[in-house]
Amino acid sequence: MRFERREEVSVTALVIAPFAAIAVALGLCAGLIAMAGVSPLTAYAEMLRGAFGSRLAVTETMTRASPLILTGLAAAVAFRARLWNIGGEGQFYIGALVAAGLGHSLLSGLPVALAIAVLMLASMMAGALLLIGPTLLRLRLGVDEVVTTLLLNFIVLLFVGLMVEGPLKDPLAFGWPQSVPVAAGLRLPDLVPRSRLHVGLVVALMVAVIVGIVQSRTVFGAETRAAGLNPRAAAFAGVPLLGTLVKVAALSGGLAGLAGAIEVLGPAGYVTTTMSPGFGYAGIVVAMLAALHPLGVVAASVFVATVFVGADAMSRATGVPSFIADVIMSVSLLTMLTALLFTTYRIRA
Amino acid sequence: MTEPVLELKGITKRFGALTANDGVSLHLMKGEILALLGENGAGKTTLMNILFGHYAADAGEVRVKGQHLPPGQPRAAIAAGVGMVHQHFTLAGNLTVTENILIGSESLLRLNSRRDAAKARILALARTFGLPVNPDARVADLSVGERQRVEILKALYRDAGILILDEPTAVLARPEAEQLFRILRGMTRGGLSIIFISHKLHEVMAASDRVTVLRGGRVVAERVTAETSAAELAELMVGRSVSRPKRDAHPAGAPVVVARGLTVTAGGGAALDAIDFEVRQGEILGIVGVSGNGQAMLGRVLSGLARPDAGRLTFDGRDMAGFTPRDAVRQGLGRVPEDRHAEGAVGDLAVWENAVLERLREPAFSSWGFVRRAAAKAHAADLITRFDIRGAAPETRTRLLSGGNMQKLILGRNLAARPRFLLANQPTRGLDEGAIAAVHAELLAARAAGAAILLISEDLDEAVGLSDRIQAIVKGRLSAPVPSEKADARTLGLMMAGVWEVSHAV
Repeated sequence: MRFERREEVSVTALVIAPFAAIAVALGLCAGLIAMAGVSPLTAYAEMLRGAFGSRLAVTETMTRASPLILTGLAAAVAFRARLWNIGGEGQFYIGALVAAGLGHSLLSGLPVALAIAVLMLASMMAGALLLIGPTLLRLRLGVDEVVTTLLLNFIVLLFVGLMVEGPLKDPLAFGWPQSVPVAAGLRLPDLVPRSRLHVGLVVALMVAVIVGIVQSRTVFGAETRAAGLNPRAAAFAGVPLLGTLVKVAALSGGLAGLAGAIEVLGPAGYVTTTMSPGFGYAGIVVAMLAALHPLGVVAASVFVATVFVGADAMSRATGVPSFIADVIMSVSLLTMLTALLFTTYRIRA
Repeated sequence: MTEPVLELKGITKRFGALTANDGVSLHLMKGEILALLGENGAGKTTLMNILFGHYAADAGEVRVKGQHLPPGQPRAAIAAGVGMVHQHFTLAGNLTVTENILIGSESLLRLNSRRDAAKARILALARTFGLPVNPDARVADLSVGERQRVEILKALYRDAGILILDEPTAVLARPEAEQLFRILRGMTRGGLSIIFISHKLHEVMAASDRVTVLRGGRVVAERVTAETSAAELAELMVGRSVSRPKRDAHPAGAPVVVARGLTVTAGGGAALDAIDFEVRQGEILGIVGVSGNGQAMLGRVLSGLARPDAGRLTFDGRDMAGFTPRDAVRQGLGRVPEDRHAEGAVGDLAVWENAVLERLREPAFSSWGFVRRAAAKAHAADLITRFDIRGAAPETRTRLLSGGNMQKLILGRNLAARPRFLLANQPTRGLDEGAIAAVHAELLAARAAGAAILLISEDLDEAVGLSDRIQAIVKGRLSAPVPSEKADARTLGLMMAGVWEVSHAV
């Protein structure tokens, strides 16, 4: 058995790949569910019901999908330029922390819409700065950004811990390690009454469309792709590599920071060190499942959110540990990477 | 007549709609050097990959010494005594020569590798076949010619009796190539049989016993080398008679690009050492030399990718200090890079994107940061017709173009803007005769239109044929220019050996 490179990757194959990958991943995880003593079909049915079975379930799933769309976009734009940003989790937390810190009191004098915009912008800048550092280190000194961005996640999380136990600790939280809350007037309005679904979803969807347009239609998008695919040829053609990659880093880190902001300004209201169920890391899975396509990111985010929200319900109904959600997500990443291999190569006997 | 050591019968291989090999049959006798001649895309490499088991043929069979070879199994080919030296070497730079040769021929589960025995055997093989190499040297420290010897030794170490060399001279300068063919000749006397793939007529004529000509995936002719001529082979290979266009006499105008004392230091030494040249309007200045003597740095400086450390470079009298690739494009300096795949084009982008990549920020192709896709595609379509880029539509992925057509695209995107100056760095390296003729015609047309062209080439026939004046580059220094009419083989040989400096002193 051997691999042969395909002459042309078909669009059909790229569209089929994620569905095939998810199907195979669910099949593999069915074995684990069966080992837990539950029929996989029952478990998956419970999962679907948990994610979409009621109006509340749907709003919960979409609430969960909103930050995922943004962290997924963050990974997708970076990966497209061959900038391996594994630091989405840290950028998410730093964005969240900035939104909570500034939103607690500092911006109370401004009109609400403007104040929210300023908060989001500040969170984006914080996330952007957190990625620009490692990017410059790679471009100037050749330091592997996979390592630096990954390790920064833990540093940021410890920093957040420091802040919510210290300077930003909420004195009214009965000693719980949580930050001061965002001023009530600055919280994002609800999209559906009596649910946690908020305007953040609209923000995320709009951003996905904008990122799609930027990537496919602008000079920046074209230069980014050229720089990612063949840096030497891009530099020869006059694309400034350093500037382009720094802009990509700013965009990617900014998107992950924005995810933190909408989570704090939306459902959370304050920062804790456990507020993210791995949004940053899940963003990487989302980006890969979407084959780095911005609109695919939206669909992939809904899938991942379904697994997470559904797994909790399924766990309550059947007793299968909800960790199965993490397993499904991780296995989907592996099967998707395998599926992508088959879109580029074929097997010859 | 004895039985052939190797026989291919009716090999057919399709890739999608493309038939790369169509019923190809050939044979190789013991102790013979067979040249497999054909243009790029004629199916030579595919055929050899089938023989070696990298691909499985859709039809046909391979027989080695009368035995059927199971398809698609390189191990079976190796066991049958077939060795392959690829065009792009498959050596690990951080390992020694001995380690590279042992990789794959030792079991992975062995704990103690028989390094010393292996080394003795390598040295013995090297002596027998005249392939001098230091078995303890790190491959990364070896020259390209030496690495090729390691590849050959690797095949011999596995008892290859049949050696296949895919475009063995593509990476070699001419003296190295001549040495290689002497070695191969010696090896056949030792009983080896050799197939080498080439599209260079002179080396086929010089080094082979027999030639099989491939065109469009079929065998179109088989000749005994002594009974044919380069002209006949050229016509068989291309399918029509091609001749490189001739340069007509044409007075040069004012200097466009002038270098005075240009110096670039890199890695402790001078990559370019106080060089002087001027390229005038409507002339081609040829820079010849053995590769690795500073051509690459000269190309980088004139492309805006490297800065001179001393000296002056002017364009139309203006100082070019610190210009970037973007400045170059804006001011009318065209650039054809040395390596079209690595620098000339982004293979995974569409043809239209590569066509405008240098000019994306110009108002013609973007407004308010948005790419004017319709305008860009129309421009690409225009280039495709004007420069006869075959097999391409604006949406085609550039990777799918043949080398010659990719080069026409790169030339086209430069020449369409009617540059005042054009840097053509190894513009026909690796191209077949038909494509070379087309590239030469474009360069001469640009010259006639008044462009000043700096041609860097290792191909002396090309340099003499195209250039008005020639300078040789040796260890980062440039000789004084010689009119190409006076550049006979002896003069050029002396210039490329760096003898001009001595003659100045006398």
